[in-house]
Amino acid sequence: MEKVLPILKRISKSSSSDRSIMSGKGYVSFMEQLMECVFTLCGLSAVAAVAAITIYMIISGTPAIFKVGITEMLFGTVWAPTAAEPSFGIAYIVLTSIIGTVMSIVIGVPIGLMTAVFMSEMAEKRTAAIVKPAVELLAGIPSIVYGLLGLLIINPAMGRIEKILFSNSENHVMNGGANLISAVLVLSIMILPTVINVSETSLRAVPLSVRQASLALGATKIQTIFRVTIPAAKSGIITAVVLGVGRAVGEAMAIVLVSGNTVNIPLPFNSVRFLTTGIVSEMGYASGLHRETLFTIGLVLFVFIMIINIVINFILEGGDKNE
Amino acid sequence: MRAKIEIKDLNLYYGANHALKNVNMDIPPREIIAFIGPSGCGKSTLLKTINRMNDLIDGVNIQGSITLDGEDIYDKNVNTTLLRKKIGMVFQQPNPFPMSIYDNIAYGPRIHGIRKKAVLDEIVETSLKGAAIFNEVKDKLKKSALNLSGGQQQRLCIARALAVKPDVLLMDEPTSALDPISTLKIEELISELKKNYTVAIVTHNMQQAARIADNTAFFLTGEMVEMNRTDILFSRPADKRTEDYITGRFG
Repeated sequence: MEKVLPILKRISKSSSSDRSIMSGKGYVSFMEQLMECVFTLCGLSAVAAVAAITIYMIISGTPAIFKVGITEMLFGTVWAPTAAEPSFGIAYIVLTSIIGTVMSIVIGVPIGLMTAVFMSEMAEKRTAAIVKPAVELLAGIPSIVYGLLGLLIINPAMGRIEKILFSNSENHVMNGGANLISAVLVLSIMILPTVINVSETSLRAVPLSVRQASLALGATKIQTIFRVTIPAAKSGIITAVVLGVGRAVGEAMAIVLVSGNTVNIPLPFNSVRFLTTGIVSEMGYASGLHRETLFTIGLVLFVFIMIINIVINFILEGGDKNE
Repeated sequence: MRAKIEIKDLNLYYGANHALKNVNMDIPPREIIAFIGPSGCGKSTLLKTINRMNDLIDGVNIQGSITLDGEDIYDKNVNTTLLRKKIGMVFQQPNPFPMSIYDNIAYGPRIHGIRKKAVLDEIVETSLKGAAIFNEVKDKLKKSALNLSGGQQQRLCIARALAVKPDVLLMDEPTSALDPISTLKIEELISELKKNYTVAIVTHNMQQAARIADNTAFFLTGEMVEMNRTDILFSRPADKRTEDYITGRFG
C-alpha cells in the first residue's frame, strides 16, 4: 500500500486536474501525423497505378492504330501479321472475346446465383459446411489447372460431338474439340466462385425481418427468395456479375489451352482466338508493327474493362436513386 | 359469441426451454386483445404460434391445439399460405420490402394470384386508406417505401397486411420503435381496425393496453397468469402477481 500511494500521487499530479488544456497550438503527435501520411500514400498508390497503366497502354497501344488504320484494324477480319503482305484485322478476335464472355456469363451467373441461394437460404449447416469450403477451393485453383482439365475432359468430348455434327461438312476444319464452346465452359466454371461468394454475401445481408414479412403474408419460401430476397440483394448480385465479367474477359491461361487459338469467326465449333490468348500466344516472337498491334489488342481489352466498369457503376447509382 | 381463436393446453418448447406453459385462451372476434408481461414471458412467442411463424425456428416443439374458426391450425392438412393469408402480422420493427410503396402493398395479393392491374390498384388504395396513410403517399406510390419515416413505414406494413384481406391481425409491439405521435396514430388506427378485424397485440406499454384493448392477458415466465376485460384486469386484478406487475413493482 505504501508503495502504491506515491505512484498514485504522481499520476494524479501529472493528470489533467492541475494542467491547463491549452497545452499546444492544435497539437497533434508526431506518430499521428506519420500514420496519416502512410495511409494517404497507400491510398494514392492505387490511383497512381491506374494512372500509370492507363498512360502506358495508350502510349504503347495507339501507334499501331494509326499505322494500320483504325477501321482496317477493328473491322478487318484477316489476321496475318507475319505474311508477306501483313494484315492486322482483329474483328474476329474482339468478337470472340465479347461472345465468349457473354456466353460464359449467361451460363455461369444463373448457376452461381442458385448456388449462392442454396448456401444462404436452404442448406442446413452441415451441408453448407461442405459446400462453402468447396467453393473457396474452386476460387484458389490456378487458372492453368482449369485449362488442363478442359484439355483432358471437355475437348475430347467436344471432339466427339464435332465428328458427329460435321462428318459430312466440307468447309469445317476439324480441331479436335478445341473450340469456342470448350472455352466458354471453362470460363463459366472459373467465374463461379466469384459469382457465388459475392452474391452469397449480399443475400446474407438481406435482413431476416424482410423475409419474415414475406412469409407472414403467406408467401412460400421459393416465392420469398425470388420476389424479395434476390431483388433486395440486387446491387450485390450486379457487382458479382461485373466481377465475373472482369474475370472472364481477362482470363488467358485457361482458355489458351482449350480454344484452339486460330483466328476464326466465333461459331460454337470453330477454333477461336480471344484478345488475351492472342497476346499470350504471339508476344514471344512478335516484333515491329506486329508487336505494336499486340499492344493495341491490350489497349482494346483495357478499354473493354473500363467501359464495363463505368456502365455498371452508372446502373448501380441509378438503381440506388430509385430506392 | 363464439371465439375466433381458441387456444387449448398449449405448451411450447425451444429445445429444453419450456417457453409456454399450459396456455388456455379464447380470443373473441372483432375485439382487441393485448398480451402484456415482462420481457421473455412468452407473449411474442404465443403471438407467433398463432400464424405458425414459430415453425421456421429450429428445435421448436409445440403441443396442444390452436383453432381458428374451429379448425386446428396445427393439423397436418393445413396450408400455411392460406393460414397466413387469414392471419396477418405486423412486426416490431417496420420491415417494408425494398421496393415501391405500390409494390409493397401489391406483393401479398400478387402472391395469392391476383394479376389484374385494376384490381390491384383498388386493393392498394383501400389498404392504404384502411391504414390511414393513403393521403400521405398517394402522390408517390412509385417511390421506394424505404424513404418513408418510421411511423409511415409501420402504417405501410399494416396496409400491406390488410391487402390480403385477413380476418385476424397479429401485432408484435408495433409501436415500440416509434415516436409518440406515430404511436398515437397507430393506436387510433388499431382501434379503428377492430370494426373489421380481430386484433391481438403484444405490448410492453401498459398504458397502451389500457387505451386500446378490450381484453388483456398477463403473462409471466411462459404462464398466462390472468386474462380479463381490460378495465377489470387493471382495476381489480385477481392475482397478486398481476397486481405487482401493473403497479410497477417488478418487470
